[in-house]
Amino acid sequence: MSAPAQVVTFGAGYEKAARPRVGFFTDTSVCIGCKACEVACKEWNLVPEAGPIEFTGNSYDNTMTLAADTWRHVAFVEQEVPGAGAGAGALQPAGSLDLAAAAAEAAGLDVPRAADGMRWLMSSDVCKHCSSAACLEVCPTGALFRTEFGTVVVQADVCNGCGYCVPACPFGVIDRREDDGRVFKCTLCYDRLRDGMEPACARACPTDSIQFGELDELRARADRRLATLHDGGVAEARLYLRDEADGIGGAGAFFLLLDEPEVYGLPPDPVSTTRDLPKLWRAAGVAAGALVAGLAVAFAGGRR
Amino acid sequence: MVPPAEFRSYYGRPILKAPVWTDEVPLYYFAGGLAGASASLALGARLTGNHRLASAALTASAAGFLTSFPLLVDDLGRPARFHHMLRVFKPTSPMNMGSWLLSAAGPAAVGAALADRLGVLPRIGRAAEVLAGVLGPAVATYTGVLVADTAVPVWHEAGGDLPLVFASGAAASAGAAALLLTPAADAGPARRLAVGGAVADLASVEVMRRRLGELGEAYEARPVRRFANLARTCMTAGALAVGFAGRRRAGAVAGAALLLAGAACQRLAVHKAGFVSAADPAQVVKPQRDRLAARDGDARSG
Repeated sequence: MSAPAQVVTFGAGYEKAARPRVGFFTDTSVCIGCKACEVACKEWNLVPEAGPIEFTGNSYDNTMTLAADTWRHVAFVEQEVPGAGAGAGALQPAGSLDLAAAAAEAAGLDVPRAADGMRWLMSSDVCKHCSSAACLEVCPTGALFRTEFGTVVVQADVCNGCGYCVPACPFGVIDRREDDGRVFKCTLCYDRLRDGMEPACARACPTDSIQFGELDELRARADRRLATLHDGGVAEARLYLRDEADGIGGAGAFFLLLDEPEVYGLPPDPVSTTRDLPKLWRAAGVAAGALVAGLAVAFAGGRR
Repeated sequence: MVPPAEFRSYYGRPILKAPVWTDEVPLYYFAGGLAGASASLALGARLTGNHRLASAALTASAAGFLTSFPLLVDDLGRPARFHHMLRVFKPTSPMNMGSWLLSAAGPAAVGAALADRLGVLPRIGRAAEVLAGVLGPAVATYTGVLVADTAVPVWHEAGGDLPLVFASGAAASAGAAALLLTPAADAGPARRLAVGGAVADLASVEVMRRRLGELGEAYEARPVRRFANLARTCMTAGALAVGFAGRRRAGAVAGAALLLAGAACQRLAVHKAGFVSAADPAQVVKPQRDRLAARDGDARSG
């Protein structure tokens, strides 16, 4: 069982109650952009509309970002890829549809390929449930806590809407609901987990792009999938947030991406702000000392 | 801003979320800083037998804390739940630590000011003065930690400098407020604190802007630049007025008003720079890419 690395929460009770840590492995190489995850999440959690429908013109993405009312967000990127396109049936550097198509062709089906020189990247984004969760660490009321499953959840009856978690999250996930005053984000379907079910998005995903399970098992599976893709010539495939040595201690929800993270709107090297907190408190100590010294000098000059 | 070819993004969209804090929050930085530094000024005055200055500084401190409370509570999404701030004691949350600080220093300063004004409960009043005065520097500096303990690049990367920026402004504010309320014959320490604080503020802001490098461009953005320039102008003019004309009433009043305005504008500038920084994916991506490249370089050569 992998315990969250560097969980800095006081009296959170995690150690006593801990169950095997669970999370998501999102394999974007097989995402078809159907948005069943977005719908299932909203349906199960009764998440309100994120405002009137806007057609953004950014490919098929009309939600554009995770927010208080969007807990799963599918990103779409249309890229020009020099040299890619229809060709031999073997795996080639391509977008997710081509990989699914290769598998279908191998099974004897006749499948149209992506146009020459173009590929789609599609990815379902979600709260990362970081091992070192900045939102949790800065929360002044203790509303954000670590569940027995290792996930990060907001207690809606405690949150007073101070909003400190909002600029603290290095991924820009959590946000305040304007007409409510409290913050909301993905709960990894905490209620479903407690009843032994998988989260709604994982249940709905038709291609198993969203995989749910124990984190150890998911990481092993991801390593195998990465090796398969690399062996098949998809050199740009990479795992994102799988590694516990990264700035957030690895995520409970990690990804297989087909390009750099920033192309998907993700930070390339996120670090929990709490890593620098000792240095910040020290700087405050120095500043406080300087203030005291300044006062001493001011009084040393006498009454006039 | 940065040309798109230098970094990649998702349709140029922000990676971070904009803070939900309104201008009430930087106004609290101003009021709270004034309150904390004034409490320490009052304690120093009391210890040196300067009782008129002590009374003035206590009044300023109480006013600062009394203004801070509604500013903070009103900014909450659920103001009625403000007391939830004290559910836990949590050193990883500067906002939680600040809530404890304010809960102790605020009532102490207000109580001390009342006891002083009304001439009652002298021993409790003096004890409260000591408590507020000792906590004063913490109250004046923890807000720098609070702002920097976020993912916003222009705030986080200024973390080494922000506490001193806030402390300097607090000193200038406290000196200015006391100067307004104290007869000139007793106001020497307040004048010196005001001028010293202003000089330290101008210097520490300059150092912070330089150390930020490219991230400092957030301070050049239109809504921020106005407040940053106003802050610099008011601080400079205020310091000169208090320094050279502070012994006369007109000079003291004008100088103090300028210093107070300058301190408030500086905090508004810092606050608004954060919004510009959070909205710019380049501010997030470029430094992180540089960090990764440096790490890869070390790995290859190491």
